[in-house]
Amino acid sequence: MLTKRIIACLDMDGGRVVKGVKFKNLRDAGDPAECAAAHARSGADEIVMLDITATSGNRRTMLDTVRRTARSLFIPFTVGGGIRRLEDAAAVFDAGADKIAINSAAVRDPTLIGKIAERFGSQAVMVAIDARKVDSGFAVFVAGGRLPTGRDAVSWAQEAAACGAGEILLTSMDRDGTQSGFDCGLVRAVAEAVSIPVIASGGAGSARDFIEVFRHGRADAALAASIFHFGIGNIAEQKRELHHAGVPVRWPC
Amino acid sequence: MIAIVDYGAGNLNSVKKAFDYLGAEAVVTDRPETLAAAGKIVLPGVGHFSSLRALNSTGLRNTLLQSAGAGKPFLGICLGMQWLFEGSEECREIVGAGIFPGQCRQFSSSVKSPHVGWNSLAVQKGSRLLRGVVQDSFVYYTHSFHAPVVDETTAASEYGLRFSAAVERGNTFGVQFHPEKSGDVGLSILKNFCEV
Repeated sequence: MLTKRIIACLDMDGGRVVKGVKFKNLRDAGDPAECAAAHARSGADEIVMLDITATSGNRRTMLDTVRRTARSLFIPFTVGGGIRRLEDAAAVFDAGADKIAINSAAVRDPTLIGKIAERFGSQAVMVAIDARKVDSGFAVFVAGGRLPTGRDAVSWAQEAAACGAGEILLTSMDRDGTQSGFDCGLVRAVAEAVSIPVIASGGAGSARDFIEVFRHGRADAALAASIFHFGIGNIAEQKRELHHAGVPVRWPC
Repeated sequence: MIAIVDYGAGNLNSVKKAFDYLGAEAVVTDRPETLAAAGKIVLPGVGHFSSLRALNSTGLRNTLLQSAGAGKPFLGICLGMQWLFEGSEECREIVGAGIFPGQCRQFSSSVKSPHVGWNSLAVQKGSRLLRGVVQDSFVYYTHSFHAPVVDETTAASEYGLRFSAAVERGNTFGVQFHPEKSGDVGLSILKNFCEV
């Protein structure tokens, strides 16, 4: 039986793992290669590494970090942040990533999705969407949540899928880093509108939150950073609880 | 030496990296003479069945068929396993190797496609490739087309229907999942291949 995936996210700044609340107030959370390996050992189904500042000066550091992290990681590994062109994606794949995540650049030029998918396969292209609840639905923001795009999350997810995206990484900006639960309304709206897998992100605080986003949000996978850092909880404990609640997960693993 | 076939599709790093980690000598190559000289061959692959067209245009196809026919250990991964069947609905004009019978087909519309994530293995009978892999082990998949369950199926997974997760005949092996991305279970399978 296909299981629900628990994905550990490493937000990166200058070669270090950091974590903020609502995209602000960054705290240091350790060495990326060590964090990734530790998460894999404790049962993470995948690792996502996002360069949240993605300045040009950080690119080389980021590629070195990807290479070092990938060397001994044998679960799927996604890298995002600052990928603006096909060549950027190729460099990240060459450094050892299995998938890339694109956000702002895909909004700016949706054909980029297809260009990367054509060369590396749709399975290697994750389109990341940062969305916030508004009166009319869910509004898409880019540039680390700073710029509104005028797009709606559901229709943008559908367009991204049609362009060749293999998965949607959907982050609720309202819940990011708050540990107050996923935005199941947002996740469900998108998950029911596309046929590709949807990864819920933003708000994970407890095993109950994962259970809800899988049952009520119809998520295929859920991603978390905060609760897996700083010793707040580990993935093995969360998965054990999910397993006992009857959610199909890779457990034991 | 293990030769990983480079036919211009996708990203072959992760397969090479897994063999490096296991201490096996592996090279990524598109040269028929390197394949002919190799002790073992791995045909990886992600993406569209049509990308296998490059095997025909480069002359790699004959080298691969001769090697597998001569009993050289051969492992097809994902699209590489699908190539070992007769063909795929995904691109009908590409003829597969026909080492295993049947056509690869799309998943039914009752399930989300692609099939992405960790699914369990029903290990069906004594397999050299899956030696030591316990029943219901989880492996990582990402694909939209699947191969049928046949006499040579050594493990199956379920996604709307049962499909071949692994096939084996003589020294020719295929896995639909990605052993290089399936944690310790996957590494143990690649290690078994190294020891065939």
